[in-house]
Amino acid sequence: MVASIHAVAPHDVALSVRDLTVNLPEGMERTHAVENISFDLKRGQILCVIGESGSGKSVTANAIMGLLPRVIHVSSGAIHLDGMNIIGMPPDKLRSLRGRVVSMIFQDPLSALNPLMTVGAQIDEVMAAHSVGTPKSRRGRAIELLTEVGLPDPELMYHQYPFRLSGGQRQRVMIAMALALEPTILIADEPTTALDVTTQAQILQLIREIQRRKGMSVMFITHDFGVVAEIADSVVVMEKGHIVEQGTAQQVLKSPGHPYTRRLLAAVPRLTGEDRIPLETANKAPILKVAGLMKTYRSGNSLFGAQRVVPAVNEVSFDLAPGRTLGVVGESGSGKSSLGRLLIKLLDNDGGGILFEGRDIARLSEAEFRPLRPRIQMIFQDPFASLNPRSTVGHILTVGPVAHGTPYAQAREEAKALLAHVGLDAGAFGRYPHEFSGGQRQRIGIARALMFRPKLLIADEAVSALDVSIQAQILQLLDQIQRETGVSMIFITHDLRVASQICDEIAVMQKGRIVERGPPSQIFLDPQSAYTRELVAAIPGEQPGSTRPVAANG
Amino acid sequence: MRGFLLNRLSQSLILLLIVSVIGFLVLNLLPGGPLAQFGLDPGMTQDDLDRLKEQLGLNRPLLMQYLDWAWRLLQGDWGHSFRDGAPVLAVIGRHVFATLLLMGTSTAIAIAIGTWIGIRGATHRYSMFDHVATVGAMVALSIPTFWFGLVGIYIFSLRLGWLPAGNMYTIGDGSVLNYLHHLILPSIVLSLVHVAIWSRYMRTATLDAISQDFVKTARAKGLSERRVIMKHVVGNALLPMITLAGVQLPSILTGALVTETVFTWPGMGRLFLDSLGYSDYPVVMGLLMFSAILVILGNLIADIAVAIVDPRIRLG
Repeated sequence: MVASIHAVAPHDVALSVRDLTVNLPEGMERTHAVENISFDLKRGQILCVIGESGSGKSVTANAIMGLLPRVIHVSSGAIHLDGMNIIGMPPDKLRSLRGRVVSMIFQDPLSALNPLMTVGAQIDEVMAAHSVGTPKSRRGRAIELLTEVGLPDPELMYHQYPFRLSGGQRQRVMIAMALALEPTILIADEPTTALDVTTQAQILQLIREIQRRKGMSVMFITHDFGVVAEIADSVVVMEKGHIVEQGTAQQVLKSPGHPYTRRLLAAVPRLTGEDRIPLETANKAPILKVAGLMKTYRSGNSLFGAQRVVPAVNEVSFDLAPGRTLGVVGESGSGKSSLGRLLIKLLDNDGGGILFEGRDIARLSEAEFRPLRPRIQMIFQDPFASLNPRSTVGHILTVGPVAHGTPYAQAREEAKALLAHVGLDAGAFGRYPHEFSGGQRQRIGIARALMFRPKLLIADEAVSALDVSIQAQILQLLDQIQRETGVSMIFITHDLRVASQICDEIAVMQKGRIVERGPPSQIFLDPQSAYTRELVAAIPGEQPGSTRPVAANG
Repeated sequence: MRGFLLNRLSQSLILLLIVSVIGFLVLNLLPGGPLAQFGLDPGMTQDDLDRLKEQLGLNRPLLMQYLDWAWRLLQGDWGHSFRDGAPVLAVIGRHVFATLLLMGTSTAIAIAIGTWIGIRGATHRYSMFDHVATVGAMVALSIPTFWFGLVGIYIFSLRLGWLPAGNMYTIGDGSVLNYLHHLILPSIVLSLVHVAIWSRYMRTATLDAISQDFVKTARAKGLSERRVIMKHVVGNALLPMITLAGVQLPSILTGALVTETVFTWPGMGRLFLDSLGYSDYPVVMGLLMFSAILVILGNLIADIAVAIVDPRIRLG
């Protein structure tokens, strides 16, 4: 592999990284963010750099941009941009390359644009910073760029502030900005991770299209093998600051050589389209019956007019049997999270009923519902934000049951047993959340919910913040728990592949309504509604009818 | 925006009502009452006092007194000072210029210097400058203003004789230069603590803004560091500061009690203290309402200013 890279003539290479080592400040868990990495980005190609969090992929991108934080230094190696070594280059010279020779787009389009400047002003600024054109010519160019990235009404868009734009539109603005000076190299750092799946598909297509049209070289950082399968020409796989494998997309995806790559590929949630073997339960009567559930958000002041009314959950009905899992999938704003919060009565409904074990909990007052609370528990999305950093794990687990009357000694014993059950050692009891990794914290979150021996678990994007390999473990744990305890589950997610793995039935939500409900085989192989078809088609790396790029024996 | 303003206006009126009721009640709970001053005069008989009481309407029930006072206030009559019979508004008017001069100058100094120190402290975090600024702010905040005032007077007035020790101007010399000469010491002393507060807030706000993603975008565009800071960081860092400025705005007109006393500055702070001492209820109540209105106005102005600067609020 390495030999073939050296064989490439230099003028064919837009970006070449040689033996790059970047030090981390002392006291971190590793001494190097990346160590001795070498790779080439050939002209007119898309190179995907893939790895899990902490693999050093973003540090590599920042090193290439010359944008490393002050405390992190390149200790050795070379980075050639268009033939120029940028390591040790004076800051002013480096600055003149940024935006002109190499530009970058970022993960979160919601925060990557200055909220106080118009879209036009922000695009103009790139050109002005490099003293290109006159104000008039720059304005023309900016509108041209806005047209090029497919934004509607570019003239109007030019004067718009970012907050008026959707996530996908903002990412298009970022791309327009990055393209303003026709750079040789575009670095895209997880540019679609924060977007909905249909928007993601559009942005990927746009990047691919522009790259082909302009013959640009793109370094694309991602954690998602689906995205890799979609757009990569070649792939670099990183783990803990090292490159463990590189090659063409075909090679890496079809016949991965390194065990880590194989493990990553195996962990990618696959769209199975196979139905789950349902759990045998004695009682077949539904534990939860939801009928005509409604929730409407009203914002603004009714007294002085100008009220905005958004129906978040609209006439939603479904049943859930004991020991079964219902997946609720949808894009942001579809009402799936509102639904979850209604079911656990963190939100009050405006209409319809929620029959839990035959009792309409929607009508209950907070005080009447309290004794039932332990029976419906929630697992939250962000394992970093949902655990109180100043409480010990033991306290987090026992505080709820103790409040509901369990003696502390008993709660403590149960907590320790549960910690072992979710794969943590009992020593975790006295430690604080910050001592654990994301995956471990999510295990704590699950143990916390299980402390109450709930009948119904509501998991709201419970694996979305986790790396794929961790994601797979947590899904497995949830499955195991369900088989052991017979708990029913509502699994809310934006990721159809994840939903396909754990759900007996899937409800697809759009604009507050359930547009389709059925087993995974129906949703993924024979979708009935146009919206479901659109969603399934947008899943990166999943072309209907083609074989998976993942090695079957993974 | 119109709905917002109407809403705020109605809230403000209710707030003013509450402030006035509480103020009126608490004032009348004070022992002695407004006639205690007169009672000290040996020539005053009980009959005289009773007559006075009746004249001033103080023999009526408290509720009646309040309603009468409030009704007149609504009509623009803030009452008359017990001390010299002058209309309350005229008394306030006599003192407000002095306070505006002193507080306006010191606030301008504080904002200019505080903003600069805050930005520089954030962009050169943990540098020598930052450490000195941090310790300096701590010192300025923990030592009372009157101490700085007294030390300033001792050094610059008594020892060096450079600056006057008090008053707003020399009697018989009303020139601008003479005013400025008197202004230097109190305004600098007063701005010390404000520089400290303002620079700490500005440093935090700048650090917040600097860590935002769009700052990274700006750097990735190839902007110079100076432009990144001035255009992208400072603009966003100043947003929360507008609210802080709104909170400080009323003090520009209501004055600084201690500093005005130390420098015998004829401002609103002195007026408040003196009026309390004389149990001059109409003036005290007038000052209370005056500052309550200013606090509400200050916050309202800050809200409107934020809306003008921040498109998300203006157009959202």
